[in-house]
Amino acid sequence: MATAAVAHADPHQLRGLAAAAEHAGPAPKRIVTAYGFWIFLLSDIIMFSCFFAAYAVLSGQTDGGPKGSELFDLRSVTAETGCLLLSSFTCGLASIAADERETTLFQLAMALTCALGLAFLSLELREFATLVARGAGPSRSAFLSSFFTLVGCHGLHVSAGVLWLLTMMAQVTAKGFRADIRRRIVCFALFWHALDIIWVAVFSVVYLLGAGQ
Amino acid sequence: MFGKLSWSAVPLDQPIPMAASGSVALVILAVLAWIVLAGHLPYLWREWITSVDHKRIGVMYTLLATVMLLRGFADALMMRAQQAVALHSQGFLPPEHYNQIFSAHGTIMIFFVAMPFVIGLMNLIVPLQLGVRDVAFPTLNSVGFWLTATGALLVNISLVIGEFARTGWLPYPPLSEMTYSPGVGVDYYLWSLEISGVGTLVAGINLVTTVLKLRTKGMTYLRMPMFCWTTLASNLLIVAAFPILTATLAMLILDRYLGFHFFTNEGGGNVMMFMNLIWAWGHPEVYILVLPAFGIFSEVVSTFSGKALFGYRSMVLATMAICVISFMVWLHHFFTMGAGPNVNAIFGIASMIIAVPTGVKIYNWLFTMYMGRIRFTTPMLWSIGFMVTFLLGGLTGVLVAVPPADFLLHNSLFLVAHFHNVIIGGVLFGAFAGYTYWFPKAFGFRLHEGLGKAAFWCWLIGFYVAFMPLYVVGLLGMTRRMQHYDVPEWRPWLLVASVGAIIILIGIAFQIAQLVVSIHRREELRDHTGDPWDGRSLEWATASPPPVFNFAVTPDVSGEDAYWSMKERARRQGTSDDSVAYTDIEMPRNSPTGFICAFFATIMGFALIWHIWWMVAAGAIGAFATFVAFAWRDHDEYVIAADDVARIDQANLAERRAVMSGAG
Amino acid sequence: MSDQSLESHATDVAPGDEGEGRVRTRILGYVVGLGLAIVLTATSFFIVGTDLVWQPSIPVAIVVLAIAQMGVHLVFFLHITTGPDNTNNVLALAFGVLIVILVIGGSLWIMANLNANMMPMDQIMQMQR
Repeated sequence: MATAAVAHADPHQLRGLAAAAEHAGPAPKRIVTAYGFWIFLLSDIIMFSCFFAAYAVLSGQTDGGPKGSELFDLRSVTAETGCLLLSSFTCGLASIAADERETTLFQLAMALTCALGLAFLSLELREFATLVARGAGPSRSAFLSSFFTLVGCHGLHVSAGVLWLLTMMAQVTAKGFRADIRRRIVCFALFWHALDIIWVAVFSVVYLLGAGQ
Repeated sequence: MFGKLSWSAVPLDQPIPMAASGSVALVILAVLAWIVLAGHLPYLWREWITSVDHKRIGVMYTLLATVMLLRGFADALMMRAQQAVALHSQGFLPPEHYNQIFSAHGTIMIFFVAMPFVIGLMNLIVPLQLGVRDVAFPTLNSVGFWLTATGALLVNISLVIGEFARTGWLPYPPLSEMTYSPGVGVDYYLWSLEISGVGTLVAGINLVTTVLKLRTKGMTYLRMPMFCWTTLASNLLIVAAFPILTATLAMLILDRYLGFHFFTNEGGGNVMMFMNLIWAWGHPEVYILVLPAFGIFSEVVSTFSGKALFGYRSMVLATMAICVISFMVWLHHFFTMGAGPNVNAIFGIASMIIAVPTGVKIYNWLFTMYMGRIRFTTPMLWSIGFMVTFLLGGLTGVLVAVPPADFLLHNSLFLVAHFHNVIIGGVLFGAFAGYTYWFPKAFGFRLHEGLGKAAFWCWLIGFYVAFMPLYVVGLLGMTRRMQHYDVPEWRPWLLVASVGAIIILIGIAFQIAQLVVSIHRREELRDHTGDPWDGRSLEWATASPPPVFNFAVTPDVSGEDAYWSMKERARRQGTSDDSVAYTDIEMPRNSPTGFICAFFATIMGFALIWHIWWMVAAGAIGAFATFVAFAWRDHDEYVIAADDVARIDQANLAERRAVMSGAG
Repeated sequence: MSDQSLESHATDVAPGDEGEGRVRTRILGYVVGLGLAIVLTATSFFIVGTDLVWQPSIPVAIVVLAIAQMGVHLVFFLHITTGPDNTNNVLALAFGVLIVILVIGGSLWIMANLNANMMPMDQIMQMQR
């Protein structure tokens, strides 16, 4: 490989050359982490879109069982929506508190978020229990299967969010606002707000449109 | 206590799986015993199992892929042998066993050979080509790998404990529903793919973020090597498509485990919803596999033609066009299942449109070779073999994309021949080209050329002998997945096909021999310069194998073909300036998180398959605790002092200079 | 990759991060977002239960209100803007939205077409008995 050997010049000598102004190099960790999580959220939303598609296709397949308009209790849904909207707000406050390194305010806002999330979950569980007790469980019809899966998947995400939230509160207590912990708080806030966006789609498509049928 | 699991799950009465798994278990035990007795375990744990180095993880992905390739190929041999003898007879494989074999063959080849092979190569090379020290999320990278390995492990456990799915590589309901598949086979399939799917998603997120956010100074988008572009496109597709697979399989799981009615015949379920969703993932999946291969061919063809890639920008455009259009063609996988002419026509036209950017790429590679000074090395042979073979596969693909023709060809062996033509000729040839091309970068010595070329010719000829007859029997009306048949006219073609499989087997033997011989003669094949092929992109700017930090000083890029222009400039100036300002380098610490997580995921998956609910809970708690423990650690990075960096880098440079002065 | 590379990245911002801002302004942003979200939600819930509006317009109105509210959340809670520092975040979002539209729209179209062409499964089963 004689021809190739000539080319084995030292790459280092070019390191001093004037930097190209177009690209400054790798992004800082906060941007990298949050961007990666952003990509994860998009994939999560695409997963939800499959459950939405299944619901949209199967929502008429009641197999002689109850329809959505006979089952949904809009007052309960209103309360659930209120909980999630307020929790998004308190979660925002927690982000601000984390940026300002206000431990007490952060823990307070996170505790409020957690309480609102738990309230949402208990309302949802009550709704599910009522439906199952009325014989309208997920194995009753394809419509109910897709309903329970879509709404339940969101509920599972909220539960995971609550678990994550409690872990973050414990971490801040134990370790303070370390750089990596603050990056995780950014990701948690993204997650929680994204769940709220998905809930907007859920209550509009499932409950409001379903109630009209 | 143990759910559905009992001793009757072990198929002691069936000789073939018992002999196969027994011998595999013996080999594994022997290897483990050797590792422990020779004292390699601490090294293995420290340097590989807990490693978060993208190069090590890339190598482990590739190793997983090659091992699983042997498993998948063994299935292929059995199928070819069965069809060669099963005229008017039952052959040697009973139907329930044959069905498991073709299901396992497809599942393993796609999910545990092709996927880890391309993900491994992307992991190994992309950070080097971008001129950075690691991927965006090193520990998650390790988690992703080990979850993929978990999936592969579960599929192989099904050989010994229980059974595998008999439903084909995509478990179409209602056959895959509890009513018709009450065994654990489909559950093995579902859980291993759910778990490895999470691993793949993690890898996808990681590589997308790496390409978009971690590029060295001056590495603008339009200066990235083609392989980085195809990596970006492929991983965007992973991020967008794998959630669809996860959701679809989750629905089937709910049907099977909790009596839901997504895809059942009863309760208003709709089987076509499964076909629809699974192919909304399935078609992008094809491009997830083949786009990285396109990137590898771009690098190889340009390097060994000694020319910059022809039509770089059109190549970028074609790649991104494929990335989007691949999400608009999925119905062509079920033209025959009841859609009306308008829907079929539109998806048929979209399927033909996606052939256009692929054609653009073929022309670009041809024009890159045109007037180039071509070196016919093994990677280049794989690339040329690819261009011919893949073109053929692409053309038969356009043929089956015509709905009226598809009504004739659907589910026939013509289709089987078509997708093997694109996946072997495209993905596998690409993976082998990349394996040969980047092997010296990963290990510091080249692979033996002669044996590599022998392997290539066996694979190429074997491929044609094995699959051209399948096109013919497909046109003669033979459907896929037949355990036996009664048409004598098919027999000669199937005999020829089995000869082809044996030629491929010889090719694989040559590849194993190549690896053994190359390791044995590694000193004479040693790559002292870090640039054995006169390469063009930044991975060749560092030593082979690269130090853990990749680049002592991260490079500063000022044009396309970054390393080539550096060499050009050095040739013109004829000087060498070694006064480099080294600084301390922070690198991520190793972490057993991935391995422990996968351990708990294996337990959880196995328990879910066999309905052992307490064990499911234990696995879930274990996995969560692992993550919390990981999040709690105080030191996630370690520092390599500037002096050490300088020492390592100067040693590498001295080695390089010694070779240059010797040759010059 | 480490925090030492924290040079100026004026052209880039993490998703969810706001630019420099005083605490009061930031809280105000969340308050405005919450207010808008409540108004939009309340409108949605109101028009379902009322007969004051033309009934066939209700589904359309609900979808429009939902999309508007998602926009509100994206802007006020997730701080996605059209600024140049957000290009990457918006592009990723656009790709995701495109896939969501393709999956949901494609599924509905394909399945409607199949249902129009084929007998429902339970009837096929009946015929085979």
